[in-house]
Amino acid sequence: MTTQNLTLLDPTSERTPANRSRVPRPVTLDGLTIGLLDISKARGNIFLTHLAGLLEQRGLNVKRYRKPTYTRVAPTDLQQTIATECDVVIEALAD
Amino acid sequence: MPEKLAARFGDGLLFRQVELAEIEDAIEACYARGWTDGLPVVPPTPELVLRMLQGTQRAPDEVVGLAPPDYVECAVEKVAINAVLAGCKPEYLPLVLAAVEAAFLDAFAMQGVLATTYFSSPVVIVNGPVVQRIGMNSGINALGQGNRANATIGRALQLVIRNVGGGRPGGVNRAVLGNPGKYTFCFAESEENSPWESLAVERGFAAEASTVTLFAGDGVQAVMDQISREPESLARSFAASLRTVCRTKMVQASDALLVISPEHARIFRDAGWSKTRLKEELHALLQLTQEEIVRGAGGIAEGMPPEMIQDVMSKFRPEGSVIVHADGTSGMFSAIIGGWPNAGPRGTTPVTVSIKH
Repeated sequence: MTTQNLTLLDPTSERTPANRSRVPRPVTLDGLTIGLLDISKARGNIFLTHLAGLLEQRGLNVKRYRKPTYTRVAPTDLQQTIATECDVVIEALAD
Repeated sequence: MPEKLAARFGDGLLFRQVELAEIEDAIEACYARGWTDGLPVVPPTPELVLRMLQGTQRAPDEVVGLAPPDYVECAVEKVAINAVLAGCKPEYLPLVLAAVEAAFLDAFAMQGVLATTYFSSPVVIVNGPVVQRIGMNSGINALGQGNRANATIGRALQLVIRNVGGGRPGGVNRAVLGNPGKYTFCFAESEENSPWESLAVERGFAAEASTVTLFAGDGVQAVMDQISREPESLARSFAASLRTVCRTKMVQASDALLVISPEHARIFRDAGWSKTRLKEELHALLQLTQEEIVRGAGGIAEGMPPEMIQDVMSKFRPEGSVIVHADGTSGMFSAIIGGWPNAGPRGTTPVTVSIKH
């Protein structure tokens, strides 16, 4: 006797995320543009200002960005701007 | 029976079907594929999903919205599959769809509520005739276990976020401790003997509308006051407890959901206090002074930085308290459910949607 195997409906989004390898870490920051992203968490700007000072002392090119709120993902426009203008990004995540 | 025939001969289902091996146990197979919240789920067979879809007139391929955190399209049939997993009956599906729709609204900020290190998660409050129609609990133990609709509607919403949205603990869900309401937290307001207009009416819906409201909330904190017989005293008692939301020195961060039981509600009813009056009184009682909330006060390092403090600060934003009535019959208890400390347009605000059939 043959029995039919049970079939279930997939409750997930059925997405198979593409496996993308990371961009290799730069050997040096010389000549690169470093984006500093403030996500609007308390005191993130203070931390990033300090960091910007240290990076600029080393003669590096720094650009500052700010998310309108940390409670939502960054607007697409901001993501694209950072991707276009920077080689490396540092984000201030915590309070 | 029609579902059995449809499953065998129909072409009614849109999504991927997973065939189990002969010796696989269906419930274990769901665990193995990561589809559960830790509790067993009902295996979503084609028959059960087709039966679930009978609960709505909405087309299975209608997109309800984008499910965070992955922001993928979430169709009615996907919600139905997760409603089966959660243990829902077909007549609950319109409520689950409404809850999912509400969670996807930008104003609720579901992605942030999920990704936060804080405790919060959607608390689902149901209003209107649908409550009686499907037999939800707005009475004894309304916030607790024991009622299928309460239990499974809240759970279905969580499973949609997990399975369709991809939000899992340790992944985008970063809660330090979480709270048990992340399995399910859903109840109905007891409208019949409430002294006040319902939450839905207060939020602009008709009395005959059935609605779902989401509040980004934490666990339940008791307010036990068995002595107050005057509204002023009871309001002060509530206010004293409400100070502890998030932490006693935190101001203008969270909203609060106050669930008031009949023996407390009758004190306000007898004194002729409207819901608005109670909210105004609570707001007035929750003006905290610099000395109370500044860093270091009370020997506690945590607190507001002095440069950020005005002389007096409100604990909550003016529209930050949400009051509902639940009918736990006797007992002079009410409950506070603290909100995510990102209340307001830049964070989360409570959202209400009407239930469509």
